[in-house]
Amino acid sequence: MAEVRVENVSRSFGAHKALDDVSIAFPDGGFYALLGPSGSGKTTLLRQIAGFDFPDSGRIVIDGKGVERVPVEKRRIGMVFQNYALFPNMSVTDNVAFGLSVRGVSRAEIAGEVQRALDLVQLGGLGERRPHQLSGGQRQRVALARAIVIRPQVLLLDEPLSALDKALRVDMQVELKRIQREVGITTIFVTHDQEEALTMSDRIGILREGRLVQEGSPEEIYDHPVSEFAATFLGDANILRGEATETGIRLGDGTEIATRLNSMVRMTGKVSCAVRPERITILPASAAASTTGNRLAGRVSKRIFAGDSSTYFVERDGQTIKVLVQNAGQIPFDEGQDIVLTWSPESTVLIRT
Amino acid sequence: MKLTGWLEGVGRFYVGLLLAFLYLPIVIMALMSFNASPFYQLPFEWTTHWYSDLSRNNQLLTATLNSLRIAVMTTVIATILGTAASIALYRYDFRGKRILQVLLFPPIAIPWLITGTAMLIFFYGIGIGRGLHAILLGHVALALPYVIVVVSARLQTFAPELEEAARSLGASQWQVTRRVTLPWIMPGVIAGALFAFAVSFDQFVVSYFLATPGQGTLPVEIYAAIRKGFTPEINAVSTIIIVVSMGLMLVTARFFKFGGDR
Repeated sequence: MAEVRVENVSRSFGAHKALDDVSIAFPDGGFYALLGPSGSGKTTLLRQIAGFDFPDSGRIVIDGKGVERVPVEKRRIGMVFQNYALFPNMSVTDNVAFGLSVRGVSRAEIAGEVQRALDLVQLGGLGERRPHQLSGGQRQRVALARAIVIRPQVLLLDEPLSALDKALRVDMQVELKRIQREVGITTIFVTHDQEEALTMSDRIGILREGRLVQEGSPEEIYDHPVSEFAATFLGDANILRGEATETGIRLGDGTEIATRLNSMVRMTGKVSCAVRPERITILPASAAASTTGNRLAGRVSKRIFAGDSSTYFVERDGQTIKVLVQNAGQIPFDEGQDIVLTWSPESTVLIRT
Repeated sequence: MKLTGWLEGVGRFYVGLLLAFLYLPIVIMALMSFNASPFYQLPFEWTTHWYSDLSRNNQLLTATLNSLRIAVMTTVIATILGTAASIALYRYDFRGKRILQVLLFPPIAIPWLITGTAMLIFFYGIGIGRGLHAILLGHVALALPYVIVVVSARLQTFAPELEEAARSLGASQWQVTRRVTLPWIMPGVIAGALFAFAVSFDQFVVSYFLATPGQGTLPVEIYAAIRKGFTPEINAVSTIIIVVSMGLMLVTARFFKFGGDR
């Protein structure tokens, strides 16, 4: 177990800056998700931490030691690959034993460690199978057992769930989290799936074009996005644009929107604000004006029913606003119906554009 | 239905014809090695006379041993060098890699007659001269591109993450190669080795140029013997070689399924 720190790491491939002065501290024993679209540099960063590739500048510190020039085989890392990369010519047992056997651990000790690792991932009875005889979820578990059996200082996961189908993915999310807690290992998890990042990690770092855009706990980032990108990449958000005012923002048509009081420096000029679709309430146009909260009049253009909830698309002033409504037996609004949207200033985050 | 049945008939006939053209001469030669008449005269009269003659023909026996020795050494050297080169070409990017890869192919296409002449002149020029050592050197050079092409083709199906996974588990470069890469490409290595053996064992032109009198390989000595006058001993030695090499192929094919993943 160890704390991992990345300090001012940059890496270019030709003219392309894959990583641009990235600094992140990965807490000891924590589960950290590196989230970003493809090409954001998240996998490049993972490969620097693993030691497959070295940064052009900056430091990588694992457990207090600078390792930025140490090749992967000399670092103590465990890695789970996107396609698992199980050795096809070896049984499950031999796959898991590989890391121990190349280190010259005795046979007797290997057998015990491998059994413990396979039990941990609940594959105790499948040691003799070959990788091609396993299901996707089972391969995933073997890859995980193989990575943790060497007791690495840090566990690196490169989109490990993306090859699984949806139902299995949810199971594996829970399973992965359980194993990570049980082993207590510092884990860095690369994903482009915001839901995975939200449900599994205790910290998230959002990357974009080789830079760290924002980091924090899932709640922090979800509730206080600092940019339109962070707001829309992690979860869904309606972005309203306008001019900064004393209390919030004035939209193009003059409507005043109150935002959460911000401890940041007061903003001036063109700004925008983000509102999550589930924070907005739809009222009939005839509803009495509420004294508190933001109000916007609009017209329902579309409703998508999804069982437990419905998504409304509301047109106002040339913009479509998404509203998520839990289905609790209320009468749905019709398409084309004039309505009023309300939400609290607390749910409105001011964002610099 | 009727048409496809007809086409199938044509197909079968064609395959039959193909096999006949391939194997009939060999079968006839094998039969004649047991025929008493040295002039292929019928009726067939069983004898093992030519085989006992062969066992006393030191020239052909020495040549057979030479051929086998050179073929085995060529196979070992070319397979090791070629496999190592293929892995290096797969694993590393370096200046001139593309040019090197492209330059590997022409030797396969250049007529052996020209390669042989060139080698003779070159070997003389730098003092290697002629002889079995020169033949071995020439055969290794001829076989190497075949091994590289075959092993590289197999490596194309190898996922680079496997090497990365092995390294992440603490394996050294050599451990990665021996325990992960080699087991995967082994069918390609075996196929490459067979090619190398065949290129060397079949080789006439280059061997002919580089051989010194009395120290030739089997094809060179057979050619020399035929020029002096054909004897059915040559049928006998050819039959033995065919039986041995076909046996070798069948055994190898049984243990390594080519063309498919295990």
